[in-house]
Amino acid sequence: MQPDDTEQLAHDLSRREFIETAAAVSGLAMTVPVLDAQTAVPESGHVNCSLSINKIRHTLSLDPRVTLLDLLREQLHLTGTKKGCDHGQCGACTVLANGERINSCLALAVSYDGAQITSIEGLASGDRLHPIQQAFLESDGFQCGFCTPGQICSSIAMLEEARRGVPSAVSRDLSKPGPVDLTEDEARERMSGNLCRCGAYPNIVAAVRSTYHRGEL
Amino acid sequence: MKAFAYIRSNSVDDALSSIAQHANAKYLGGGTNLVDLMKTGVEKPSALVDVSRLPLATIEARGDGVNIGAMASNSAVASHPLILERYPVLAQALLAGASAQIRNMATVGGNLLQRTRCFYFYDPSYAECNKRVPGSGCAAMSGYNRIHSIVGGSDHCIAVHPSDMAVALTALDAAVVVGNKRRERIIPFRDFYRLPGDTPNIETDLAPDDMIMSVALPAPISRHSTYLKIRDRNSFAFALVSVAAILDLDVDKRIRDARIAIGGIAPKPWRVPSAEQALTGQLPTEAAFARAAEILLEGAKPLRYNGFKVELTRRAVMRALSTASAS
Repeated sequence: MQPDDTEQLAHDLSRREFIETAAAVSGLAMTVPVLDAQTAVPESGHVNCSLSINKIRHTLSLDPRVTLLDLLREQLHLTGTKKGCDHGQCGACTVLANGERINSCLALAVSYDGAQITSIEGLASGDRLHPIQQAFLESDGFQCGFCTPGQICSSIAMLEEARRGVPSAVSRDLSKPGPVDLTEDEARERMSGNLCRCGAYPNIVAAVRSTYHRGEL
Repeated sequence: MKAFAYIRSNSVDDALSSIAQHANAKYLGGGTNLVDLMKTGVEKPSALVDVSRLPLATIEARGDGVNIGAMASNSAVASHPLILERYPVLAQALLAGASAQIRNMATVGGNLLQRTRCFYFYDPSYAECNKRVPGSGCAAMSGYNRIHSIVGGSDHCIAVHPSDMAVALTALDAAVVVGNKRRERIIPFRDFYRLPGDTPNIETDLAPDDMIMSVALPAPISRHSTYLKIRDRNSFAFALVSVAAILDLDVDKRIRDARIAIGGIAPKPWRVPSAEQALTGQLPTEAAFARAAEILLEGAKPLRYNGFKVELTRRAVMRALSTASAS
């Protein structure tokens, strides 16, 4: 999409419609498999790895200094995952590794050889958004959108943790079995690894709680 | 980031050989602190020996105690039924630390060896840091030392240890099981961390070829416990002051045994045996707690910007003891 087209689109559509359209467009793009089997002549010090990223296997020869975040963005051109602070303090780079949320900026890609990685690009099925993506739209859980991919990946794992009964720092009874009562306090504490400088927190909390209570995750 | 050799170990033996073969090699666990320090240029290892996949992540009962493998993640420990049942103070301390993402990545061994969050240590653009460059001085001494130590520091270093987990483990009288090619040994927590003295670059009792295998927890003395953490924001921040308090009460509610470990105020998790002994035989009253806090802070030497920590620690200790006695 050229900048001019974007301006025209933004002019014609309301902000939310625009974002929905953009989300659907990127959702469609995801159905095209990434044909990126880099058959590598290993350079000196490089390490051969194989990572599954959004269900597509990538065979790679990597400089061990490359973080999972830089692998996604710079080498595989999956730029949905964002580089905010690059020091594990903001959560914009959150992805799922074998179903668990991690900061991809602190992860050396070589250390994740064999892992199943899911980034924001791997969530929608065609133009059908993931329930959490839909909930962020419905609750207006963002302003500028920069932290949103990280917020969404983080939420998916967070809701699964809450269902499993994993305690948090604000849980009254750490040993209570069964799903967590996801109060606002619980949602805020569990999402504290994802900063939003626009301050969309109330709507992010609403998005994750409504998804949890609807039992969609 | 400076280039390094990446070595994936397939066994503990393998890892111990690799670390012995490379000068200035480091073990890589979750990488949450080490990778960050390599980005800033504070750490420049020649090689990383990846131990994250070694079979050292088991959390299992050993009699009335529990053994935690060094590669267990912080989240696995914090939600493990054995830990929640026997050592809730440890689960609380872990859950009070970092974010869910970091707890998923961070290992127990790595948590113990994380480096201080002293601004001047973390930023190599400051030339003076005895911990980073021995003999270079201490920029924090005359700098903005709000987060620094009030006890245990030296003229060479006033950095504090950042771990919450280590504070709870210190209160629990845990020990670190360490191995190298020649032997395995058990280091009690009170001997594991060293005070800075004139060698703040040496932080623990570990030899260069040592590897942390596990943490051994003795049988719990009581479930009357709490972890209180005071910080600048309510979540995802390091402690200004934290307290792990455990009280063993007899049938008359008198204190049989007390454990108080403090984080955020010293180069290592801080315990003062005489403060704990002052509580033995006492009823859990405000006056008794105040006396213990007073003994604990005797000799505290605040710096220009951290005087508030003395009063904050006093109040935090009293509140934690009160919460523990009522738990």
